[in-house]
Amino acid sequence: MKVKKTIVTVLYHVFIAGLGLIMIYPVLWMISGSLKNNPEILSGSLNLIPPEWRWENFSTGWRGFGHVTFTTYFKNSIIITVIATLGTVLSSAVIAYSLARCKYRGRKLIFMVMIGTMLLPGQVVMIPQYLIYNRIGWVGTILPLTVPHFFGAAFFIYLMMQFMAGIPRELDEAAIIDGCSKYSVFTRVVFPLLKPALISTIIIQFYWKWDDYMGPMLYLGKPEKYTVSIAVKLFADATSKTDYGPMFAMSTLSMIPVFLIFLFFNRYLVEGISTSGLKG
Amino acid sequence: MSRAKTDRIESGRSPWNRFIYNDNTVGYIFASPFIIGFLAFTIIPMLSSLYYSCTNFDLINKEKWVGFANYINLFKDERFLNSLKVTFEYVALSVPLKLAFALFIAFLLTRPSKVVSFYRSLYYLPSLIGGSVAVALVWKELFARNGLINLNLRKLGIDTVNWFGNMSTAKWPIILMTAWQFGSSMLIFAAGLKEIPTSYYEAAEIDGANGWQKFWKITMPCLSPVILFNLIMQLISSFMVFTQAFVITGGGPNDATMYYALYLYKQGIQSRNMGYASAMSWVMLIVMGTVTAIVFKTSKHWVFNEADS
Repeated sequence: MKVKKTIVTVLYHVFIAGLGLIMIYPVLWMISGSLKNNPEILSGSLNLIPPEWRWENFSTGWRGFGHVTFTTYFKNSIIITVIATLGTVLSSAVIAYSLARCKYRGRKLIFMVMIGTMLLPGQVVMIPQYLIYNRIGWVGTILPLTVPHFFGAAFFIYLMMQFMAGIPRELDEAAIIDGCSKYSVFTRVVFPLLKPALISTIIIQFYWKWDDYMGPMLYLGKPEKYTVSIAVKLFADATSKTDYGPMFAMSTLSMIPVFLIFLFFNRYLVEGISTSGLKG
Repeated sequence: MSRAKTDRIESGRSPWNRFIYNDNTVGYIFASPFIIGFLAFTIIPMLSSLYYSCTNFDLINKEKWVGFANYINLFKDERFLNSLKVTFEYVALSVPLKLAFALFIAFLLTRPSKVVSFYRSLYYLPSLIGGSVAVALVWKELFARNGLINLNLRKLGIDTVNWFGNMSTAKWPIILMTAWQFGSSMLIFAAGLKEIPTSYYEAAEIDGANGWQKFWKITMPCLSPVILFNLIMQLISSFMVFTQAFVITGGGPNDATMYYALYLYKQGIQSRNMGYASAMSWVMLIVMGTVTAIVFKTSKHWVFNEADS
Protein backbone atom coordinates (compact mmCIF):
# COMPACT_ATOMS: atom_id res chain seq x y z
CA MET A 1 0.00 0.00 0.00
CA LYS A 2 2.76 2.40 0.98
CA VAL A 3 4.77 1.52 -2.12
CA LYS A 4 1.76 2.08 -4.33
CA LYS A 5 1.22 5.48 -2.79
CA THR A 6 4.84 6.47 -3.40
CA ILE A 7 4.60 5.37 -7.05
CA VAL A 8 1.44 7.43 -7.53
CA THR A 9 3.13 10.46 -5.97
CA VAL A 10 6.20 10.09 -8.19
CA LEU A 11 4.06 9.66 -11.33
CA TYR A 12 2.05 12.71 -10.32
CA HIS A 13 5.12 14.91 -10.02
CA VAL A 14 6.67 13.58 -13.23
CA PHE A 15 3.44 14.26 -15.11
CA ILE A 16 2.83 17.75 -13.68
CA ALA A 17 6.44 18.88 -14.03
CA GLY A 18 6.77 17.37 -17.53
CA LEU A 19 3.59 19.00 -18.77
CA GLY A 20 4.67 22.27 -17.17
CA LEU A 21 7.95 22.12 -19.02
CA ILE A 22 6.15 21.61 -22.35
CA MET A 23 3.92 24.57 -21.45
CA ILE A 24 6.77 26.98 -20.91
CA TYR A 25 9.03 25.55 -23.63
CA PRO A 26 8.03 28.24 -26.19
CA VAL A 27 9.05 30.92 -23.69
CA LEU A 28 12.37 29.22 -22.94
CA TRP A 29 12.94 28.83 -26.67
CA MET A 30 12.41 32.54 -27.14
CA ILE A 31 14.86 33.40 -24.34
CA SER A 32 17.49 31.08 -25.77
CA GLY A 33 16.76 32.52 -29.24
CA SER A 34 17.74 35.92 -27.94
CA LEU A 35 21.31 34.62 -27.74
CA LYS A 36 21.39 32.89 -31.14
CA ASN A 37 21.76 34.07 -34.73
CA ASN A 38 19.32 33.37 -37.59
CA PRO A 39 20.75 30.01 -38.81
CA GLU A 40 20.88 28.70 -35.22
CA ILE A 41 17.27 29.73 -34.55
CA LEU A 42 15.98 28.32 -37.83
CA SER A 43 17.91 25.03 -37.58
CA GLY A 44 15.00 23.33 -35.84
CA SER A 45 17.17 22.25 -32.93
CA LEU A 46 15.26 21.74 -29.68
CA ASN A 47 18.43 22.52 -27.74
CA LEU A 48 17.95 25.50 -25.47
CA ILE A 49 21.64 26.19 -24.79
CA PRO A 50 22.99 28.58 -27.44
CA PRO A 51 26.17 27.21 -29.11
CA GLU A 52 27.65 30.65 -28.70
CA TRP A 53 26.26 33.36 -26.42
CA ARG A 54 25.54 36.22 -28.78
CA TRP A 55 24.92 39.10 -26.38
CA GLU A 56 25.24 41.55 -29.28
CA ASN A 57 21.60 40.77 -30.15
CA PHE A 58 20.61 42.91 -27.21
CA SER A 59 22.62 45.95 -28.26
CA THR A 60 21.50 45.55 -31.88
CA GLY A 61 17.88 45.24 -30.85
CA TRP A 62 18.00 48.11 -28.39
CA ARG A 63 18.96 50.51 -31.21
CA GLY A 64 15.33 50.25 -32.30
CA PHE A 65 14.02 51.79 -35.49
CA GLY A 66 14.87 55.06 -37.18
CA HIS A 67 16.29 57.29 -34.47
CA VAL A 68 14.08 55.93 -31.70
CA THR A 69 15.66 53.42 -29.33
CA PHE A 70 14.06 51.00 -26.89
CA THR A 71 14.81 53.48 -24.08
CA THR A 72 11.95 55.56 -25.46
CA TYR A 73 9.64 52.59 -26.00
CA PHE A 74 10.18 51.32 -22.46
CA LYS A 75 9.68 54.78 -21.00
CA ASN A 76 6.38 55.14 -22.88
CA SER A 77 5.16 51.70 -21.83
CA ILE A 78 6.03 52.28 -18.19
CA ILE A 79 4.30 55.69 -18.07
CA ILE A 80 1.09 54.37 -19.63
CA THR A 81 1.00 51.14 -17.63
CA VAL A 82 1.72 52.71 -14.25
CA ILE A 83 -0.86 55.49 -14.67
CA ALA A 84 -3.52 53.07 -15.96
CA THR A 85 -2.88 50.50 -13.23
CA LEU A 86 -3.00 53.09 -10.44
CA GLY A 87 -6.21 54.51 -11.84
CA THR A 88 -7.85 51.11 -12.12
CA VAL A 89 -6.95 49.98 -8.59
CA LEU A 90 -8.08 53.16 -6.82
CA SER A 91 -11.27 53.79 -8.77
CA SER A 92 -12.37 50.15 -8.73
CA ALA A 93 -11.90 49.93 -4.95
CA VAL A 94 -13.99 53.04 -4.40
CA ILE A 95 -16.78 51.80 -6.66
CA ALA A 96 -16.72 48.30 -5.17
CA TYR A 97 -17.14 49.84 -1.70
CA SER A 98 -20.17 51.75 -2.90
CA LEU A 99 -21.78 48.65 -4.38
CA ALA A 100 -20.84 46.19 -1.64
CA ARG A 101 -21.11 48.26 1.51
CA CYS A 102 -23.34 51.30 1.03
CA LYS A 103 -27.12 51.38 1.19
CA TYR A 104 -28.80 53.81 -1.17
CA ARG A 105 -31.54 54.09 -3.73
CA GLY A 106 -30.41 53.01 -7.19
CA ARG A 107 -27.62 50.72 -6.00
CA LYS A 108 -29.15 47.65 -7.63
CA LEU A 109 -29.47 49.47 -10.94
CA ILE A 110 -25.85 50.63 -10.85
CA PHE A 111 -24.75 47.08 -10.01
CA MET A 112 -26.67 45.68 -12.96
CA VAL A 113 -25.23 48.27 -15.33
CA MET A 114 -21.76 47.47 -13.99
CA ILE A 115 -22.24 43.74 -14.70
CA GLY A 116 -23.55 44.74 -18.12
CA THR A 117 -20.32 46.61 -18.92
CA MET A 118 -18.34 43.54 -17.85
CA LEU A 119 -20.21 41.58 -20.50
CA LEU A 120 -19.57 44.30 -23.06
CA PRO A 121 -16.46 43.41 -25.06
CA GLY A 122 -13.98 46.20 -25.54
CA GLN A 123 -13.92 45.86 -29.30
CA VAL A 124 -17.63 46.66 -29.54
CA VAL A 125 -16.92 50.14 -28.20
CA MET A 126 -13.60 50.45 -30.04
CA ILE A 127 -14.96 52.31 -33.07
CA PRO A 128 -17.45 54.44 -31.10
CA GLN A 129 -14.71 55.46 -28.66
CA TYR A 130 -12.29 56.16 -31.47
CA LEU A 131 -14.82 58.56 -32.99
CA ILE A 132 -15.24 60.41 -29.68
CA TYR A 133 -11.50 60.63 -28.98
CA ASN A 134 -10.97 61.79 -32.53
CA ARG A 135 -13.53 64.56 -32.07
CA ILE A 136 -12.01 65.86 -28.82
CA GLY A 137 -8.49 65.67 -30.19
CA TRP A 138 -7.16 62.83 -28.02
CA VAL A 139 -5.97 60.65 -30.91
CA GLY A 140 -2.17 60.76 -31.02
CA THR A 141 -1.85 61.25 -27.25
CA ILE A 142 -1.71 58.80 -24.35
CA LEU A 143 -5.00 60.14 -22.92
CA PRO A 144 -7.29 57.46 -24.45
CA LEU A 145 -4.97 54.82 -22.98
CA THR A 146 -4.92 56.21 -19.44
CA VAL A 147 -7.84 58.50 -18.53
CA PRO A 148 -10.67 55.91 -18.93
CA HIS A 149 -8.95 53.74 -16.32
CA PHE A 150 -9.79 56.26 -13.60
CA PHE A 151 -13.46 55.37 -13.86
CA GLY A 152 -13.30 51.77 -12.71
CA ALA A 153 -13.18 48.48 -14.60
CA ALA A 154 -16.13 46.14 -14.10
CA PHE A 155 -14.04 42.97 -13.85
CA PHE A 156 -11.97 44.37 -10.98
CA ILE A 157 -14.95 46.02 -9.27
CA TYR A 158 -16.57 42.60 -9.27
CA LEU A 159 -13.40 40.90 -8.02
CA MET A 160 -13.15 43.37 -5.15
CA MET A 161 -16.84 43.04 -4.29
CA GLN A 162 -16.35 39.28 -4.02
CA PHE A 163 -13.43 39.87 -1.72
CA MET A 164 -15.32 42.43 0.39
CA ALA A 165 -18.05 39.85 0.92
CA GLY A 166 -15.45 38.01 3.00
CA ILE A 167 -14.67 41.02 5.23
CA PRO A 168 -17.06 40.81 8.21
CA ARG A 169 -19.60 43.62 8.31
CA GLU A 170 -19.18 43.69 12.09
CA LEU A 171 -15.88 45.49 11.49
CA ASP A 172 -17.70 48.32 9.69
CA GLU A 173 -20.30 48.47 12.44
CA ALA A 174 -17.71 48.49 15.19
CA ALA A 175 -15.87 51.33 13.45
CA ILE A 176 -19.11 53.32 13.10
CA ILE A 177 -19.82 52.87 16.81
CA ASP A 178 -16.32 54.10 17.51
CA GLY A 179 -17.18 57.24 15.61
CA CYS A 180 -16.01 56.55 12.07
CA SER A 181 -18.03 57.97 9.21
CA LYS A 182 -18.83 55.86 6.13
CA TYR A 183 -15.87 57.59 4.49
CA SER A 184 -13.36 56.68 7.14
CA VAL A 185 -14.69 53.11 7.27
CA PHE A 186 -13.46 52.88 3.69
CA THR A 187 -10.08 54.51 4.18
CA ARG A 188 -9.30 52.91 7.57
CA VAL A 189 -11.06 49.55 7.58
CA VAL A 190 -12.10 48.23 4.18
CA PHE A 191 -9.32 49.56 1.97
CA PRO A 192 -6.44 48.23 4.12
CA LEU A 193 -8.14 44.81 4.42
CA LEU A 194 -8.61 44.70 0.65
CA LYS A 195 -4.86 44.34 0.12
CA PRO A 196 -4.85 40.86 -1.49
CA ALA A 197 -7.58 41.86 -3.94
CA LEU A 198 -5.78 45.13 -4.71
CA ILE A 199 -2.61 43.22 -5.46
CA SER A 200 -4.43 40.74 -7.73
CA THR A 201 -5.82 43.75 -9.57
CA ILE A 202 -2.36 45.31 -9.89
CA ILE A 203 -0.88 42.13 -11.36
CA ILE A 204 -3.68 41.49 -13.83
CA GLN A 205 -4.15 45.09 -14.91
CA PHE A 206 -0.41 45.63 -15.19
CA TYR A 207 0.13 42.80 -17.63
CA TRP A 208 -3.04 43.48 -19.58
CA LYS A 209 -1.90 47.04 -20.11
CA TRP A 210 1.74 46.17 -20.69
CA ASP A 211 0.83 43.57 -23.32
CA ASP A 212 -1.89 45.70 -24.89
CA TYR A 213 -1.28 46.05 -28.57
CA MET A 214 -4.54 47.27 -30.07
CA GLY A 215 -4.88 50.42 -27.94
CA PRO A 216 -1.40 51.82 -28.62
CA MET A 217 -1.73 50.87 -32.29
CA LEU A 218 -4.97 52.84 -32.58
CA TYR A 219 -3.98 55.92 -30.68
CA LEU A 220 -0.22 56.42 -30.78
CA GLY A 221 0.61 57.78 -34.19
CA LYS A 222 4.25 58.79 -33.94
CA PRO A 223 7.21 56.40 -33.49
CA GLU A 224 8.45 58.51 -30.53
CA LYS A 225 5.26 57.58 -28.69
CA TYR A 226 5.28 53.85 -29.46
CA THR A 227 5.14 51.33 -26.65
CA VAL A 228 7.31 48.23 -26.38
CA SER A 229 4.61 45.93 -27.79
CA ILE A 230 4.30 48.06 -30.93
CA ALA A 231 8.09 48.22 -31.30
CA VAL A 232 8.56 44.46 -30.97
CA LYS A 233 6.07 43.92 -33.79
CA LEU A 234 8.13 46.27 -35.99
CA PHE A 235 10.91 43.64 -36.14
CA ALA A 236 8.53 41.32 -37.98
CA ASP A 237 7.23 44.10 -40.24
CA ALA A 238 10.67 44.99 -41.59
CA THR A 239 10.61 44.75 -45.38
CA SER A 240 13.97 43.02 -45.46
CA LYS A 241 14.55 39.64 -43.83
CA THR A 242 13.50 39.42 -40.18
CA ASP A 243 16.43 39.46 -37.78
CA TYR A 244 15.22 36.93 -35.22
CA GLY A 245 18.01 37.26 -32.63
CA PRO A 246 17.41 40.96 -31.84
CA MET A 247 13.65 40.43 -32.11
CA PHE A 248 13.75 37.68 -29.47
CA ALA A 249 16.19 39.70 -27.37
CA MET A 250 13.77 42.63 -27.20
CA SER A 251 10.81 40.27 -26.75
CA THR A 252 12.60 38.78 -23.75
CA LEU A 253 13.29 42.20 -22.27
CA SER A 254 9.68 43.22 -22.87
CA MET A 255 8.54 40.45 -20.56
CA ILE A 256 10.82 41.31 -17.64
CA PRO A 257 8.54 43.92 -15.98
CA VAL A 258 5.63 41.46 -16.05
CA PHE A 259 7.82 38.72 -14.57
CA LEU A 260 9.03 41.01 -11.80
CA ILE A 261 5.53 42.09 -10.81
CA PHE A 262 4.47 38.47 -10.80
CA LEU A 263 7.44 37.30 -8.72
CA PHE A 264 6.89 39.97 -6.08
CA PHE A 265 3.16 39.52 -5.77
CA ASN A 266 2.60 35.92 -6.80
CA ARG A 267 1.62 34.65 -3.36
CA TYR A 268 -1.24 37.13 -3.15
CA LEU A 269 -2.78 36.13 -6.46
CA VAL A 270 -4.72 33.08 -5.30
CA GLU A 271 -5.57 34.73 -1.98
CA GLY A 272 -7.09 37.71 -3.73
CA ILE A 273 -9.51 35.74 -5.85
CA SER A 274 -12.55 34.75 -3.91
CA THR A 275 -15.45 32.93 -5.48
CA SER A 276 -17.60 32.84 -2.36
CA GLY A 277 -20.09 35.33 -3.71
CA LEU A 278 -20.58 33.46 -6.99
CA LYS A 279 -22.68 30.89 -5.23
CA GLY A 280 -26.32 30.83 -4.35
CA MET B 1 -8.90 64.62 19.52
CA SER B 2 -8.92 61.82 16.96
CA ARG B 3 -10.36 62.37 13.51
CA ALA B 4 -12.91 59.66 14.08
CA LYS B 5 -14.25 61.57 17.02
CA THR B 6 -14.53 64.85 15.12
CA ASP B 7 -16.49 63.01 12.43
CA ARG B 8 -19.07 61.96 14.97
CA ILE B 9 -19.34 65.31 16.64
CA GLU B 10 -19.66 67.15 13.36
CA SER B 11 -22.23 64.86 11.81
CA GLY B 12 -25.76 65.99 12.39
CA ARG B 13 -24.68 69.57 13.13
CA SER B 14 -24.94 71.62 9.99
CA PRO B 15 -27.18 70.94 6.95
CA TRP B 16 -24.00 70.36 4.93
CA ASN B 17 -22.89 67.60 7.30
CA ARG B 18 -26.32 66.07 7.33
CA PHE B 19 -26.15 66.01 3.54
CA ILE B 20 -22.61 64.70 3.20
CA TYR B 21 -23.04 61.88 5.74
CA ASN B 22 -26.44 60.84 4.36
CA ASP B 23 -26.41 57.22 3.15
CA ASN B 24 -27.55 58.16 -0.35
CA THR B 25 -24.86 60.82 -0.69
CA VAL B 26 -22.12 58.48 0.50
CA GLY B 27 -23.25 55.78 -1.93
CA TYR B 28 -23.36 58.10 -4.92
CA ILE B 29 -20.07 59.77 -4.11
CA PHE B 30 -18.32 56.39 -4.06
CA ALA B 31 -20.18 55.26 -7.18
CA SER B 32 -19.58 58.53 -9.05
CA PRO B 33 -16.43 57.44 -10.94
CA PHE B 34 -18.38 54.57 -12.43
CA ILE B 35 -21.43 56.69 -13.31
CA ILE B 36 -19.31 59.39 -14.97
CA GLY B 37 -17.10 56.88 -16.77
CA PHE B 38 -20.06 54.86 -17.99
CA LEU B 39 -21.72 57.94 -19.46
CA ALA B 40 -18.56 59.39 -20.98
CA PHE B 41 -16.83 56.26 -22.29
CA THR B 42 -19.71 53.90 -23.03
CA ILE B 43 -23.13 55.54 -23.39
CA ILE B 44 -22.15 58.68 -25.28
CA PRO B 45 -19.82 56.84 -27.70
CA MET B 46 -22.36 54.08 -28.29
CA LEU B 47 -25.22 56.47 -28.95
CA SER B 48 -23.17 58.66 -31.24
CA SER B 49 -22.04 55.57 -33.13
CA LEU B 50 -25.69 54.59 -33.54
CA TYR B 51 -26.08 57.87 -35.42
CA TYR B 52 -22.88 57.34 -37.42
CA SER B 53 -23.96 53.81 -38.35
CA CYS B 54 -26.66 55.42 -40.48
CA THR B 55 -24.18 57.70 -42.26
CA ASN B 56 -21.21 57.34 -44.57
CA PHE B 57 -18.75 59.05 -42.17
CA ASP B 58 -15.08 58.67 -43.15
CA LEU B 59 -13.41 60.87 -40.46
CA ILE B 60 -12.61 63.59 -43.02
CA ASN B 61 -15.67 64.68 -44.98
CA LYS B 62 -18.97 65.79 -43.49
CA GLU B 63 -21.11 62.70 -43.05
CA LYS B 64 -24.23 62.08 -45.15
CA TRP B 65 -27.34 60.26 -43.85
CA VAL B 66 -27.74 56.92 -45.61
CA GLY B 67 -30.44 55.28 -43.49
CA PHE B 68 -30.08 51.53 -43.01
CA ALA B 69 -27.85 51.10 -46.07
CA ASN B 70 -24.83 50.09 -43.94
CA TYR B 71 -26.80 47.38 -42.14
CA ILE B 72 -28.25 46.06 -45.40
CA ASN B 73 -24.82 46.04 -47.02
CA LEU B 74 -23.37 44.15 -44.05
CA PHE B 75 -25.58 41.17 -44.73
CA LYS B 76 -24.64 41.23 -48.39
CA ASP B 77 -20.94 41.45 -47.53
CA GLU B 78 -19.41 38.00 -48.01
CA ARG B 79 -16.32 38.92 -45.99
CA PHE B 80 -18.44 40.06 -43.06
CA LEU B 81 -20.55 36.90 -43.07
CA ASN B 82 -17.37 34.85 -43.32
CA SER B 83 -15.87 36.75 -40.36
CA LEU B 84 -18.90 35.85 -38.27
CA LYS B 85 -18.61 32.21 -39.29
CA VAL B 86 -14.89 31.85 -38.52
CA THR B 87 -15.29 33.73 -35.24
CA PHE B 88 -18.06 31.41 -34.05
CA GLU B 89 -15.98 28.42 -35.10
CA TYR B 90 -12.96 29.75 -33.22
CA VAL B 91 -15.03 30.36 -30.07
CA ALA B 92 -16.70 26.94 -30.23
CA LEU B 93 -13.33 25.19 -30.50
CA SER B 94 -11.11 27.26 -28.22
CA VAL B 95 -13.33 27.96 -25.21
CA PRO B 96 -14.25 24.35 -24.29
CA LEU B 97 -10.64 23.27 -24.86
CA LYS B 98 -9.32 26.04 -22.64
CA LEU B 99 -11.82 25.51 -19.83
CA ALA B 100 -11.45 21.72 -19.82
CA PHE B 101 -7.70 22.11 -19.54
CA ALA B 102 -8.00 24.77 -16.85
CA LEU B 103 -10.28 22.57 -14.76
CA PHE B 104 -8.12 19.50 -15.27
CA ILE B 105 -4.95 21.26 -14.09
CA ALA B 106 -6.73 23.07 -11.26
CA PHE B 107 -8.06 19.71 -10.09
CA LEU B 108 -4.62 18.09 -10.24
CA LEU B 109 -3.16 20.98 -8.26
CA THR B 110 -5.54 20.62 -5.31
CA ARG B 111 -3.24 17.98 -3.85
CA PRO B 112 -1.66 19.25 -0.67
CA SER B 113 2.00 19.49 -1.57
CA LYS B 114 4.69 22.06 -0.98
CA VAL B 115 5.56 22.32 -4.65
CA VAL B 116 1.98 22.87 -5.78
CA SER B 117 2.23 26.67 -5.58
CA PHE B 118 5.36 26.46 -7.71
CA TYR B 119 3.49 24.36 -10.29
CA ARG B 120 0.61 26.80 -10.20
CA SER B 121 2.94 29.67 -11.08
CA LEU B 122 4.46 27.56 -13.84
CA TYR B 123 1.07 26.94 -15.43
CA TYR B 124 0.00 30.53 -14.92
CA LEU B 125 3.00 31.84 -16.81
CA PRO B 126 1.52 31.45 -20.33
CA SER B 127 -1.50 33.54 -19.27
CA LEU B 128 0.76 36.18 -17.88
CA ILE B 129 2.63 36.79 -21.12
CA GLY B 130 0.48 35.04 -23.71
CA GLY B 131 -1.39 38.14 -24.78
CA SER B 132 1.82 39.87 -25.79
CA VAL B 133 3.06 40.49 -29.28
CA ALA B 134 6.34 38.81 -28.29
CA VAL B 135 4.66 35.45 -27.70
CA ALA B 136 2.57 35.78 -30.86
CA LEU B 137 5.81 36.25 -32.82
CA VAL B 138 7.29 33.15 -31.19
CA TRP B 139 4.17 31.23 -32.12
CA LYS B 140 4.39 32.41 -35.70
CA GLU B 141 7.96 31.12 -35.85
CA LEU B 142 7.13 27.78 -34.19
CA PHE B 143 4.43 26.97 -36.74
CA ALA B 144 6.16 28.50 -39.78
CA ARG B 145 6.71 26.47 -42.99
CA ASN B 146 10.23 25.65 -41.84
CA GLY B 147 9.58 26.34 -38.18
CA LEU B 148 10.54 24.31 -35.15
CA ILE B 149 7.42 22.13 -35.21
CA ASN B 150 7.63 21.18 -38.87
CA LEU B 151 11.37 20.51 -38.75
CA ASN B 152 10.89 18.17 -35.81
CA LEU B 153 7.92 16.46 -37.45
CA ARG B 154 10.18 15.84 -40.45
CA LYS B 155 12.90 14.42 -38.20
CA LEU B 156 10.34 11.97 -36.84
CA GLY B 157 9.35 11.05 -40.38
CA ILE B 158 5.87 12.56 -40.11
CA ASP B 159 4.40 14.66 -42.93
CA THR B 160 4.81 18.35 -42.28
CA VAL B 161 1.86 20.70 -42.27
CA ASN B 162 1.82 24.05 -44.00
CA TRP B 163 -0.04 25.55 -41.03
CA PHE B 164 -0.55 29.08 -42.28
CA GLY B 165 -0.83 28.13 -45.94
CA ASN B 166 -4.03 26.10 -45.67
CA MET B 167 -7.44 27.52 -44.94
CA SER B 168 -8.29 24.48 -42.83
CA THR B 169 -5.16 24.44 -40.66
CA ALA B 170 -4.45 28.15 -40.13
CA LYS B 171 -6.87 28.37 -37.21
CA TRP B 172 -5.24 25.64 -35.15
CA PRO B 173 -2.09 27.47 -34.03
CA ILE B 174 -4.30 30.36 -32.88
CA ILE B 175 -6.72 28.03 -31.07
CA LEU B 176 -3.83 26.23 -29.40
CA MET B 177 -2.34 29.53 -28.33
CA THR B 178 -5.66 30.54 -26.75
CA ALA B 179 -6.04 27.23 -24.92
CA TRP B 180 -2.42 27.51 -23.78
CA GLN B 181 -3.37 30.64 -21.82
CA PHE B 182 -5.65 28.77 -19.45
CA GLY B 183 -3.94 30.15 -16.32
CA SER B 184 -6.45 32.75 -15.15
CA SER B 185 -9.40 30.35 -15.58
CA MET B 186 -7.35 27.78 -13.69
CA LEU B 187 -6.80 30.18 -10.77
CA ILE B 188 -10.52 30.91 -10.57
CA PHE B 189 -11.28 27.17 -10.66
CA ALA B 190 -8.65 26.57 -7.97
CA ALA B 191 -10.25 29.20 -5.74
CA GLY B 192 -13.64 27.57 -6.30
CA LEU B 193 -12.33 24.07 -5.54
CA LYS B 194 -10.78 25.32 -2.31
CA GLU B 195 -14.18 26.46 -1.10
CA ILE B 196 -15.94 23.11 -1.46
CA PRO B 197 -16.29 21.82 2.14
CA THR B 198 -14.20 18.68 2.70
CA SER B 199 -17.09 17.30 4.78
CA TYR B 200 -19.01 16.69 1.53
CA TYR B 201 -16.26 14.39 0.30
CA GLU B 202 -15.93 12.67 3.67
CA ALA B 203 -19.66 11.95 3.73
CA ALA B 204 -19.52 10.56 0.19
CA GLU B 205 -16.58 8.34 1.12
CA ILE B 206 -18.52 6.88 4.02
CA ASP B 207 -21.33 6.13 1.55
CA GLY B 208 -18.75 4.31 -0.60
CA ALA B 209 -18.44 6.76 -3.50
CA ASN B 210 -15.40 6.35 -5.76
CA GLY B 211 -13.26 9.18 -7.12
CA TRP B 212 -15.20 9.44 -10.37
CA GLN B 213 -18.55 9.64 -8.58
CA LYS B 214 -17.20 12.23 -6.18
CA PHE B 215 -16.07 14.35 -9.13
CA TRP B 216 -19.41 14.26 -10.95
CA LYS B 217 -21.72 14.34 -7.93
CA ILE B 218 -19.88 16.79 -5.67
CA THR B 219 -17.13 18.70 -7.44
CA MET B 220 -18.99 19.55 -10.64
CA PRO B 221 -22.27 20.71 -9.03
CA CYS B 222 -20.44 22.75 -6.40
CA LEU B 223 -18.23 24.27 -9.04
CA SER B 224 -20.99 25.00 -11.56
CA PRO B 225 -21.38 28.71 -10.63
CA VAL B 226 -17.63 29.14 -11.14
CA ILE B 227 -17.84 27.28 -14.46
CA LEU B 228 -20.59 29.64 -15.58
CA PHE B 229 -18.47 32.66 -14.63
CA ASN B 230 -15.43 31.35 -16.49
CA LEU B 231 -17.52 30.34 -19.48
CA ILE B 232 -19.05 33.79 -19.86
CA MET B 233 -15.73 35.61 -19.42
CA GLN B 234 -13.96 33.37 -21.92
CA LEU B 235 -16.78 33.55 -24.45
CA ILE B 236 -16.59 37.31 -24.44
CA SER B 237 -12.83 37.54 -24.69
CA SER B 238 -12.72 34.85 -27.41
CA PHE B 239 -15.29 36.60 -29.55
CA MET B 240 -12.93 39.54 -29.61
CA VAL B 241 -9.74 37.71 -30.61
CA PHE B 242 -7.50 40.24 -32.28
CA THR B 243 -3.80 40.50 -31.44
CA GLN B 244 -2.88 36.85 -32.05
CA ALA B 245 -4.60 36.75 -35.45
CA PHE B 246 -3.31 40.20 -36.39
CA VAL B 247 0.30 39.28 -35.63
CA ILE B 248 0.34 35.62 -36.65
CA THR B 249 -1.82 35.33 -39.76
CA GLY B 250 -3.03 38.86 -40.50
CA GLY B 251 -6.42 37.29 -41.24
CA GLY B 252 -5.17 34.94 -43.95
CA PRO B 253 -4.99 32.72 -45.82
CA ASN B 254 -7.93 33.80 -47.92
CA ASP B 255 -9.75 35.24 -44.84
CA ALA B 256 -9.65 31.88 -43.01
CA THR B 257 -8.71 33.72 -39.79
CA MET B 258 -10.33 37.07 -40.59
CA TYR B 259 -12.04 37.25 -37.22
CA TYR B 260 -14.72 39.77 -36.43
CA ALA B 261 -12.49 42.24 -34.56
CA LEU B 262 -9.87 42.06 -37.28
CA TYR B 263 -12.40 42.85 -39.98
CA LEU B 264 -13.80 45.66 -37.85
CA TYR B 265 -10.31 47.13 -37.61
CA LYS B 266 -9.75 46.78 -41.35
CA GLN B 267 -13.03 48.50 -42.22
CA GLY B 268 -12.98 51.20 -39.55
CA ILE B 269 -9.38 52.19 -38.95
CA GLN B 270 -7.60 51.12 -42.11
CA SER B 271 -10.28 51.94 -44.71
CA ARG B 272 -11.90 54.67 -42.60
CA ASN B 273 -15.40 53.38 -43.32
CA MET B 274 -16.53 54.63 -39.93
CA GLY B 275 -20.23 54.45 -40.74
CA TYR B 276 -19.93 50.85 -41.83
CA ALA B 277 -17.72 49.96 -38.84
CA SER B 278 -20.22 51.59 -36.46
CA ALA B 279 -22.95 49.39 -37.90
CA MET B 280 -20.66 46.38 -37.40
CA SER B 281 -20.19 47.34 -33.74
CA TRP B 282 -23.93 47.43 -33.19
CA VAL B 283 -24.49 44.11 -34.91
CA MET B 284 -21.78 42.59 -32.73
CA LEU B 285 -23.38 44.05 -29.61
CA ILE B 286 -26.65 42.34 -30.53
CA VAL B 287 -24.92 39.05 -31.36
CA MET B 288 -22.96 39.07 -28.10
CA GLY B 289 -26.02 40.01 -26.09
CA THR B 290 -27.98 37.14 -27.61
CA VAL B 291 -25.23 34.59 -26.97
CA THR B 292 -24.81 35.71 -23.36
CA ALA B 293 -28.56 35.66 -22.78
CA ILE B 294 -28.79 32.11 -24.15
CA VAL B 295 -25.98 30.94 -21.88
CA PHE B 296 -27.65 32.53 -18.85
CA LYS B 297 -31.01 31.03 -19.79
CA THR B 298 -29.65 27.49 -20.14
CA SER B 299 -27.55 27.91 -16.98
CA LYS B 300 -30.70 27.49 -14.88
CA HIS B 301 -30.64 23.83 -15.88
CA TRP B 302 -27.04 23.06 -15.09
CA VAL B 303 -25.87 25.55 -12.48
CA PHE B 304 -26.42 24.14 -9.04
CA ASN B 305 -27.75 26.70 -6.62
CA GLU B 306 -27.20 25.97 -2.95
CA ALA B 307 -30.07 28.23 -1.97
CA ASP B 308 -32.52 26.03 -3.90
CA SER B 309 -31.68 22.75 -2.28
